[in-house]
Amino acid sequence: MSELKLNPYFGQYGGMFVPQLLVPALKQLEQAFVDALQDPAFDAEFQQLLTEYAGRPTPLTLCRNLSPNPLVKIYMKREDLLHGGAHKTNQVLGQALLTKRMGKKEVIAETGAGQHGVATALACALLGLKCRIYMGAKDIERQQPNVFRMKLMGATVIPVTAGSGTLKDAVNEAMRDWSASYDTSHYMLGTAAGPHPFPTIVREFQKMIGEESKQQILKAEGKLPDAVIACVGGGSNAIGIFADFIKEDGVRLIGVEPGGKGINTHQHGAALSTGSYGILHGAYTAIMQTSDGQIEESYSVSAGLDYPAVGPQHTHLQQTGRAEYVAINDDEALAAFQHLAKAEGIIPALESSHALAHALKMAAEATEPMVLLVNLSGRGDKDLSHVHSILAEQASADEQSSNKEGAH
Amino acid sequence: MQRYQQMFARLAEQQRGAFVPFVTVGDPGPELSFEIIKTLIDGGADALELGIPFSDPIADGPTIQNANLRAMKAGVTPGISFEIIRKIREYNADIPIGLLLYSNLVMARGLDTFYSQAAAAGVDSVLIADVPLHESKMFRQAAMAHDIAPIYIVPPNVDDDDLRAIASYGRGYTYLLSRAGVTGAETKAAMPTAELIARIKAYNPAPPLLGFGISTPAQVTDAIASGAAGAICGSAIVKILEQNLEQPATLLRELKTFIEQMKAAS
Repeated sequence: MSELKLNPYFGQYGGMFVPQLLVPALKQLEQAFVDALQDPAFDAEFQQLLTEYAGRPTPLTLCRNLSPNPLVKIYMKREDLLHGGAHKTNQVLGQALLTKRMGKKEVIAETGAGQHGVATALACALLGLKCRIYMGAKDIERQQPNVFRMKLMGATVIPVTAGSGTLKDAVNEAMRDWSASYDTSHYMLGTAAGPHPFPTIVREFQKMIGEESKQQILKAEGKLPDAVIACVGGGSNAIGIFADFIKEDGVRLIGVEPGGKGINTHQHGAALSTGSYGILHGAYTAIMQTSDGQIEESYSVSAGLDYPAVGPQHTHLQQTGRAEYVAINDDEALAAFQHLAKAEGIIPALESSHALAHALKMAAEATEPMVLLVNLSGRGDKDLSHVHSILAEQASADEQSSNKEGAH
Repeated sequence: MQRYQQMFARLAEQQRGAFVPFVTVGDPGPELSFEIIKTLIDGGADALELGIPFSDPIADGPTIQNANLRAMKAGVTPGISFEIIRKIREYNADIPIGLLLYSNLVMARGLDTFYSQAAAAGVDSVLIADVPLHESKMFRQAAMAHDIAPIYIVPPNVDDDDLRAIASYGRGYTYLLSRAGVTGAETKAAMPTAELIARIKAYNPAPPLLGFGISTPAQVTDAIASGAAGAICGSAIVKILEQNLEQPATLLRELKTFIEQMKAAS
């Protein structure tokens, strides 16, 4: 058996739990990735795409009005300003270059909210790759604008009706497709999860978020932040901003999971907060499951965090105590979404609103000066109609209950 | 796991190949599933390959995905699956029984508990669809500790180093994949050449059974003519279940006819 080039494990988490059939494809990808990292021409092309096409470096913004506490400064890393509207664009450009390097002309991807699908579609349009994107039928319904974006850029969107018709099922379907098409197709996984080498590749292609923000905050503050805060679904934006800070012991790393309707209900997506470990989509990591090991369906107001597992490096960072993971529920995220819009004129993605909500909590409780760095991983355009209908529903519910009170 | 050796010895004497049907345990419900598996045996199955229902079967096509969903909807858990298998073992003491399942069901029970419960139910082999060779050590050790054969998959793209390892670690039988992709009769088996099977047999692995896309008696005959020790058929059988969910008597009658035809071709 030809040996792997990189360690597939983070502590005891990770690995490559896939059908034997897919092992050669994953090994080929690992080899291409290792070669690319040693090839200055690859890096030059990647950097050029990031600056001239995607718009890197993204700014670091000090919030003028958001912080509820004068002792606390909140900085936001503006991945929302990246082309495509979220951090997802970074790593798909890297993987698209790897696809070409492997001589493959087709790309398979899965998407939940549609952000990774949009990023994949734009990278494939740019680099002349043919792409097909699996998306849960339920997600297609609630994310129509992104479906249209993908199609405009030439992608084929394939609805997945199996199972719950959400991200988890889209990943299943993409893996099934790949097991028949690996000779000609690359599976462009969208987050720092899944089988080795994806968690490592995605981190390496997202770590510029942390590297840039470290330089930017050092320039602005003359010191490192007290904490780096990012939302965690699969965990790509979080590992991207954490990576360069892991070695900085004085900096707290805080991952914010989707608490949905509360982590004591079954309606959430906070795998790390449940303390349950198992194998899903190729990796041994924190997952949401029944006592028999059946995978549970996750829930979050934010489709991009609606995933019942998390990337294995996060599980390792949690277990070693290097990073902390907390949960923010739907209501708190929705409040932060509105708060940032009013206070700073920035509409964040619902995903990023989770990170922001936790920063606001920390700021409110602070009794000493503190500098917080939040990864604003995406913008909220895609969430407008969803949030609009939630707020309208809440308003009409409030009205009804005040009418009832009035009748007494 | 001695039951596999006994089966292959008997078939060698008869100069026949093995016919191994697959169904998901508990599909479409526990009681009918028991009758279905008995019918497989009565129809002439040489061994059984049984799936344990799982929420996310990534190596399976739509037919077997739906079988998993039906069984789960009927409340079939791994515990209930073991109960059904125990009853099958009581019904027939000699037939080799193999499990085909996904790793998280094993992880959730704990490896030692899982294999000990499987052994107690009368299981002879376990194939974990999402555990490739290089992740298989702990599963293999737990299996061997409970006298259960660890089954390895040989895909068409296998290299010689993997073949050597599979030959040395595998017991019971070797699952030879006829083609890439997921389970299903929609994509026909691509018959491996006699050369490929000869190359595999040169490493002296446990006897190779050909699976994926096998749905006709002619394919069973071809598989054995190419040098395979037998053939595994899943989706084509599950389709018979799927088409007769409302008529159990018809289901069992059609199933038996199909199994007899497939066995006759081996």
